[in-house]
Amino acid sequence: MRNEKHTIRLKVVNTVGVMARITGLISQRGYNIDSIIANPTVDPSFYTVHLVLTETAEKIEQISKQLNKLIDVIKVMDISHNMNYIVREFVMVKISTSKKRSDILQLIQTFEAKMLDLGPHHVVVSVTGSPRKIQRFLEAFQPFGIQELDRSGEFALLDV
Amino acid sequence: MNGSEIIIDALKHEGVDTLFGYPGGVVIPIFDALYREDELKVVLNRHEQAAVHAADGYSRSTGRVGVALVTSGPGATNAITGIATAKLDSVPIVVISGQVKNDYIGTDGFQEVDMSGMTRTISKHNYLVSDINDLPRVMKEAFYIARTGRPGPVSIDIPVDVSSAELKNYKYPSEVQLPGYKPTVEGNPKQIKKLATAIQNAEKPLFYTGGGIVASSAEEILLKVVEKTNIPFVTTLMGLGTAGTDHPLYLGMPGMHGRYAANHAMMQCDLLIAVGVRFDDRVTGDLSKFAPLASIAHIDIDPAEIGKNIHTEIPVVGDAKHVLEELEEVLKPRPANGWCKITSQWRKDTALKYKHYEEGEAAPQYIIERISELSKDDAIIVTDVGQQQMFSALYYNHQKPRCFISSGGLGTMGFGLPAALGAAMANPGRQVIAISGDGGFQMNMQELATCALNGIPVKAIILNNQYLGMVRQWQEMFWDKNYSKVCLKQTPECPKQCKGPNKNCPSKYLPDFVKTAEASGVKGLRAETVKEVDAVLKEGLAYNGPVVMEFMVRKEENVYPMVPGGKAIDEMIMGEDE
Repeated sequence: MRNEKHTIRLKVVNTVGVMARITGLISQRGYNIDSIIANPTVDPSFYTVHLVLTETAEKIEQISKQLNKLIDVIKVMDISHNMNYIVREFVMVKISTSKKRSDILQLIQTFEAKMLDLGPHHVVVSVTGSPRKIQRFLEAFQPFGIQELDRSGEFALLDV
Repeated sequence: MNGSEIIIDALKHEGVDTLFGYPGGVVIPIFDALYREDELKVVLNRHEQAAVHAADGYSRSTGRVGVALVTSGPGATNAITGIATAKLDSVPIVVISGQVKNDYIGTDGFQEVDMSGMTRTISKHNYLVSDINDLPRVMKEAFYIARTGRPGPVSIDIPVDVSSAELKNYKYPSEVQLPGYKPTVEGNPKQIKKLATAIQNAEKPLFYTGGGIVASSAEEILLKVVEKTNIPFVTTLMGLGTAGTDHPLYLGMPGMHGRYAANHAMMQCDLLIAVGVRFDDRVTGDLSKFAPLASIAHIDIDPAEIGKNIHTEIPVVGDAKHVLEELEEVLKPRPANGWCKITSQWRKDTALKYKHYEEGEAAPQYIIERISELSKDDAIIVTDVGQQQMFSALYYNHQKPRCFISSGGLGTMGFGLPAALGAAMANPGRQVIAISGDGGFQMNMQELATCALNGIPVKAIILNNQYLGMVRQWQEMFWDKNYSKVCLKQTPECPKQCKGPNKNCPSKYLPDFVKTAEASGVKGLRAETVKEVDAVLKEGLAYNGPVVMEFMVRKEENVYPMVPGGKAIDEMIMGEDE
């Protein structure tokens, strides 16, 4: 079975150490985390955690079951490839402007990205989008020289 | 009420009658409350690891939650092995540890360790109680989590300012609210029907049962199911005693040191119905070769166990007892078929064998057989880890559940004596026999004094082969007989490379276990030869108090049958001659 990217959405009790339990469990069983984000839900006594892992479907099922066993984890959903979810990521990049500046401005428009800062030798750009758009965005800017990169990690919401 | 009094009140609400513990700076408030307490018995062990094993033995022998109380820092780290032992075998215990006061947490204060961090992966759940207001709820939840679902250890770390703080209007909660914890007890009826159909259609079905049967008290219903359907069954180390060893459908223990009939039945069955087991590598051998012809059905209360190690066609999540009861209702009787006859013939044709001589040191197997013969019917056997553990599993005549106690998953040497101490506390009047090797016994023999002073009549048996026998066996079989650091008689004068006992061996074995026993206030007996075995056993078992019975056994005896690591479980070495 081949590795694929899975986004897992957890609803957890907002309690001390819950993130340590989640990350500890995953590393204890020998898996790697691509990204993780946690934020309070509307009810601040619960948090939503988004985990991105690249593993086989079989291993993801096992991780999901193990996560479900954690007492502070209320719900585990593997939302990968689920049409009912809107998945987004937020990215900020610092790009060297030593090459063609006009091309960079053109790309910013194409991706509906935002220019956050324009310095003498660099530009800071942010973009929000689906994982595919983010991937394309980074590929497009790669040749200009990405000096710094910060990404939020993927998060998602049910759209029905 | 202060925090310490709340802890004690909570223990009483949970039906606890005995605590195993060891004091220290930050648990003085709790021990102070115990000082004024009449109902709870408190056993002062001599090491925190032993206290946790004692709570574990208390629990395994009764099914009730065992409790240990230790201090922070080294008390907490010493408890870790005990907690992990209970986790691997799904034993419900609650371990309460003291912690430095809240203000000092994170400052590397005196005797501070991050107990909740350390126990995260070796407990079912853990708590750090930083606010007195949380204490009643945490106590309630801890016991609930430990004993429900798949049982397991729960650790509660309590800073000293919390155990001293006052709480007004204390009331022990009557219910828990755990939105993330709802074990599935009833099986899904559709899955149970599917399993029943698979059983009706199978030619060669086999039940593979384990600790889950014991944990859910499903022995009777399991026997009802197998007898109704004439399906043979095997029990893992954790399930020994589920049925009497003479049950006509019982094929014994499977695995690395399993019985021929059990292993071959596993490999040849066409439907393997696993109940309360986890396809541990010591049972399955090489997983890629395991049960090649079988569809796998798996009944377990822990959904994460299903499909963890092996692809499962019919998963049934639920409590073993409930699911088997539901299954029994829809199952039609099956007559005994050819498969049933073949497997029972295997059982008859492959009696365990070892060499027995009338002179010299006894075979360890012989001693287990004699213990089996001379012990009481309801005796509780507690083993250590290693060769004597496997000999006890194979050669003891197991008849009842919760009468064979052993560290299966973690394989903790030093478990035997303290766990037996705990079992004896929980079962006054019953015979409790701890069987250890000379290596493992030394890991917790300080508990002899605990037994003596408290009048805990553990019958401690040491099978002394002067080696760490199981490792020596592996070195003999797979490492060119390079006996590296397994000889407990070795001195600096010995040749560094030694291939076994010879005429130059030092004559002295240390410690002298009989003298150790006597120095600890425990009766000490020794049998040097096979001829003395019965006399020592009879005297020791009849003695009214704790005893150490040391048996000098053949030094290079191996455990057979054996499946070498990485082989399929039907690739068995049956004995010395192969």
